[in-house]
Amino acid sequence: MKPEELRFVETHEWIAPDGTVGISDHAQHEITDVVFVELPKPGRVVKSGEAVAAVESVKAAFDIYAPVSGTIAAVNESVTKTPGLVNQSPYEAGWLFKVKADREEERNGLMTHETYQTFLKSETH
Amino acid sequence: MPIETPPPLEPLIFELSVAGRRGLPWPKPDIAEAENESPLPAALRRRTPPEWPEVAEPQVVRHFTRLSQLNFSVDTHFYPLGSCTMKHNPKAADRVVLLPDFIGLHPLRPHTLSQGILEILHDTERWLCAICGMDAFTLQPSAGAQGELTGVLIARTYHESRGQNRPVVLIPDSAHGTNPASVAVAGLTAVTIASTPDGHVDVDVLKSKLGPDVALVMLTIPNTLGLFEPRLREIAKMVHDAGALLYMDGANLNALVGLLRPGDLGVDLLHINLHKTFSTPHGGGGPGAGPVGVKAFLSEFLPTPRVVKEDGVYRRRMDFPKSIGKIHGFMGNVGIVLRAYCYLRLLGEEGIRHVSENAILAANYLRVKLAPLFPKMPKKPCMHEVVVSGEGAFGPGVHTLDVAKRLLDEGFHAPTIYFPLIVPEALMIEPTETETKETLDLFCKTLESIVEESRTSPEKVTSAPHRTPIRRVDEVKAAREPDLRFKRIP
Repeated sequence: MKPEELRFVETHEWIAPDGTVGISDHAQHEITDVVFVELPKPGRVVKSGEAVAAVESVKAAFDIYAPVSGTIAAVNESVTKTPGLVNQSPYEAGWLFKVKADREEERNGLMTHETYQTFLKSETH
Repeated sequence: MPIETPPPLEPLIFELSVAGRRGLPWPKPDIAEAENESPLPAALRRRTPPEWPEVAEPQVVRHFTRLSQLNFSVDTHFYPLGSCTMKHNPKAADRVVLLPDFIGLHPLRPHTLSQGILEILHDTERWLCAICGMDAFTLQPSAGAQGELTGVLIARTYHESRGQNRPVVLIPDSAHGTNPASVAVAGLTAVTIASTPDGHVDVDVLKSKLGPDVALVMLTIPNTLGLFEPRLREIAKMVHDAGALLYMDGANLNALVGLLRPGDLGVDLLHINLHKTFSTPHGGGGPGAGPVGVKAFLSEFLPTPRVVKEDGVYRRRMDFPKSIGKIHGFMGNVGIVLRAYCYLRLLGEEGIRHVSENAILAANYLRVKLAPLFPKMPKKPCMHEVVVSGEGAFGPGVHTLDVAKRLLDEGFHAPTIYFPLIVPEALMIEPTETETKETLDLFCKTLESIVEESRTSPEKVTSAPHRTPIRRVDEVKAAREPDLRFKRIP
């Protein structure tokens, strides 16, 4: 998936037009080598901003928040077996889960790749 | 003292084993062997005996003595591990605990034959009440996190006893990481509140989240940035107006003893760590103690049994129907409480005040003295620990992790690194009150030379440590492919 086609949230998750969710290249770089991924159960109803998954690196564990409200439609089992995929391929093989949005419009309100890049520069650290 | 050459690796005790070798001849058992009498089903019973190491006594003594010499510990090295408060454990307290009268105690002895230890527990509770400004204490919880769980359970039970359903606990992102975990274990939901850019609770955000669903607000004071919460009274009023309770994670009480009483500022309940503030041993995973103090209106919810004094006699009482129940076997880790009791007796009211004054002084001494090395060193005074970002301080490609590893070469335990998460490349330095100015100066000088080295020969820092028996550990491989079982390689 090209980053330009994705939408981003301030907590560094991205969401594709088909509802696929992962973490940004910036985020994978910041948290360093991912060693463990915990994914939600398919069918779980989630609200935007709710912690639904966890990614653990040698530094610390991080919550992954749902970028939109909806239902978990699928999860990427291969990242639980090979957590390094999140680092190697944050926008392709390292996706985490798919969420079927309650309202398609919700995604359109999120940051574009360009806005996200500006947001990263504006972050205090 | 710097370690000059890497000490040799010590083999595992299993690798020293030789079949048939014995330390002591064991007497023949004088009772019949209990074969086939195990209450466990056969499927759960071991079929082959365990592979205990078979070694002679001198080997055992040398093996463990050498292991102890390879250890970094407060007894051998400066140990500025921020947030953990690795301070000196007074040997007098260890000595008292080993007295035969204390070693021979049994928790099932009747109270009539346990008056001494019950008096010690009772007095320790009273002194902790006086230090914290609380009305009652339990000494049962065996660690800070278990104290948190006890506190959250007390808050939940309190609200339930008033017929209120309050499932939410608010926690700032500068709190200890165990707080949200304790909330989840107690069956409530943790909601994080972001801090202001200068590291304090965002009072407006807190206010917007306070409502009839909030049971508790948990503040770590001083917080993990080593900062005191200046608007604590105002926060307490807001929390109480919303019908919620104010909990203080008092793991960092080391900065406040004798200077300020949390109970006077509106805190309803708190836990403290005897293995931090009150100098009981910290290493080896315990045992610890995380006593919980409460205001009078919460005392009926404390765990049982509780020590009470009636007509001059100390008793253990169980009859508190609203109690959350037991948190630990018997009275908690009594040997640890006894060490804290000795510490309080050794210092007295005047001495205990100097503990926090000197802890704060030492941290601020390092803050000012290290400022030329770190462009992002905080300008404002800190409490008992100083948190600084390593950003912009080191040579190309050198990170905080590398500098921490290089410190090991120079005979210093590394400070806490990459915590708190809200500070990038964080170093969290807590010198504690027990270090001399000479030690602090040597630490600063060493850090200065490592920073210099990170510019002149960065590869020497990024490949550190060089003088420890194990060099740089591959943490990623260890986490991804853990290999935790001993296998004998023939």
